Amino acid sequence: MNRYRWLVPTLYILFLMLPIYWLVSMSFKTTNEILGGFSLWPSEFTVESYVKILTDSTWYSGYINSIAYVALNTVISVSFALPAAYAFSRYRFLGDKHLFFWLLTNRMAPPAVFALPFLQLYSAMGLFDTHLAVALAHCLFNIPLAVWILEGFMSGVPKEIDETAYIDGYSFPKFFVKIFMPLISSGIGVTAFFCFMFSWVELLLAKTLTTVEAKPIAAIMTKTASSSGYELGLLAAAGVLTIVPGAIVIWFVRNHIAKGFAMGRV
Amino acid sequence: MTLALENATKTVSGEVHIGDVSLTLEPGSLNVLLGRTLAGKTTLMRLMAGLERPTEGRVLVDGQDVTGIPVQQRNVAMVYQQFINYPSMTVFDNIASPLKLSKMENSEIDKRVRETAELMHIEHLLDRLPLELSGGQQQRTAMARAMVKDSSLLLLDEPLVNLDYKLREELRDEIPRLFKDRNTIVVYATTEPMEALLLGGKTAVMHEGRLMQFGPAAEVYHNPACVQTGTIFSDPPINYVDAEAENGTLFLGSGQKIALEGHLAGLSNGKYTVGIRANHLTVAPEGAHSIAMQGQVELAEITGSETFVHVHYNDVSWVIQEEGVHDPRLGETMTFYMDPKRLYIFERGGNLVAAPNRAKMKGAA
Repeated sequence: MNRYRWLVPTLYILFLMLPIYWLVSMSFKTTNEILGGFSLWPSEFTVESYVKILTDSTWYSGYINSIAYVALNTVISVSFALPAAYAFSRYRFLGDKHLFFWLLTNRMAPPAVFALPFLQLYSAMGLFDTHLAVALAHCLFNIPLAVWILEGFMSGVPKEIDETAYIDGYSFPKFFVKIFMPLISSGIGVTAFFCFMFSWVELLLAKTLTTVEAKPIAAIMTKTASSSGYELGLLAAAGVLTIVPGAIVIWFVRNHIAKGFAMGRV
Repeated sequence: MTLALENATKTVSGEVHIGDVSLTLEPGSLNVLLGRTLAGKTTLMRLMAGLERPTEGRVLVDGQDVTGIPVQQRNVAMVYQQFINYPSMTVFDNIASPLKLSKMENSEIDKRVRETAELMHIEHLLDRLPLELSGGQQQRTAMARAMVKDSSLLLLDEPLVNLDYKLREELRDEIPRLFKDRNTIVVYATTEPMEALLLGGKTAVMHEGRLMQFGPAAEVYHNPACVQTGTIFSDPPINYVDAEAENGTLFLGSGQKIALEGHLAGLSNGKYTVGIRANHLTVAPEGAHSIAMQGQVELAEITGSETFVHVHYNDVSWVIQEEGVHDPRLGETMTFYMDPKRLYIFERGGNLVAAPNRAKMKGAA
């Protein structure tokens, strides 16, 4: 029995990695080879697709746009969620528990519901097709999430630390920045990661609220697929490059990520 | 400074946490707040510190009303039961933190931190992080931080509870010495009567948010003002039995008759609660007046130098404190004695009426 212990995890990882392997392998093939038939690895190895993406501005601007609004959204979400989460974790006020739960219900409606009102609102405000528009729209689901995660981490810090700081003479802002934030730094990291991830993979709102200037990479990918025939190699390369930022970010928070999924309550 | 609470009351959503407490603490005094958990010791300290505002009443410092002044502007220090330090700072920075905010010269900070660390025997740990230290060392760090600034009020909220027995003894010995020559008001909260007696100073007995009695430790111990104080400030708690006085005789609920003489003389007819300490119940008669009682042994607790025997007698449970290690068989009938001179008399469930006359009894404790 023990001899086959490796079998299940190996199969599991194999199944998990198979689509990703296929994507990577496709990205190094020519479109003809992809359409030509079944091959496990590229017979004509080519990096042409990558070169095209990294030199053609219609392609790489998609990445820049995506990263711009994702970063903007992460900063806004975390900086607004920090004080909110602190209030939920430390103070009791009228309807605090209801409000806290209500925050989460924002995540229950599909983003499509909000696409139309957002489109109309941002057009009227002159925000349409800007990075800020997408960043703000993504706050709809990222701020509640950030508040929930941060609240969990903050509640893990004993209230007595706050009081000790006040007794030592710290004012509230000074205490928050100098004492409190370092204590929940891993929580802030995990929160930023989740905000990054959700904003990065969200397509519907990002696509609706942009046309040219702030068009995300995922939207560019869908369009290229249909315009000049099937450039599958190019598309696969774009896909690989889309996975990369997430993989990089996950590397930084790998030790804290489980705690983040449990909303800091482990 | 002198700190005074005037009719301080704290209610939280209709529940009384602190009820009408008036208390004056003298500069340089050591005050012990004694009470069970949830007696309101911590809340009272938080009111003193300014971490919370009393719902009613005032807090006065040197006669000046400071009720609404936030804690940052009051000169206080506090040590908690949990070892509270800033985990992200080294021990040195932890201790230095109150000084850094007061814009003191760096060399002066360095000097004072090292002095205080030496006093607390943690001078070799200054570069470590708090979480790398043992519990005792963490609490010493917290105490050093509280002591490094010359605060006029130092609050110690059950600081030794989470420490192991040896460390607790060690620190308990040190505490009165550490604060001996300071002008600081020290307030020390504890649940243990023995700690209040060992630390000396004044003892305030708290029960259900109310201040039952406040005075020098020994005085409060010997003259508990009411049944609750007697229970709280005695370990094991005073044995109580209902009694009735009638025409010069006290009839105990357990069936004994006691002539009203000595400190009991002049007790008017009525219902009373009689109390006697466990260490005043003896297995051998103490004098000619001792009253013999018999009961069934329910439980024997051995602490090492003493044995607490729980005895059931006529529906009343007694705890007898015996010197040395004894091992009475459970269920066995045991004879024990009480000396009427040692009896406390309370109104039924209420205030003290008569306490044993200590001047006439040598070696009474």
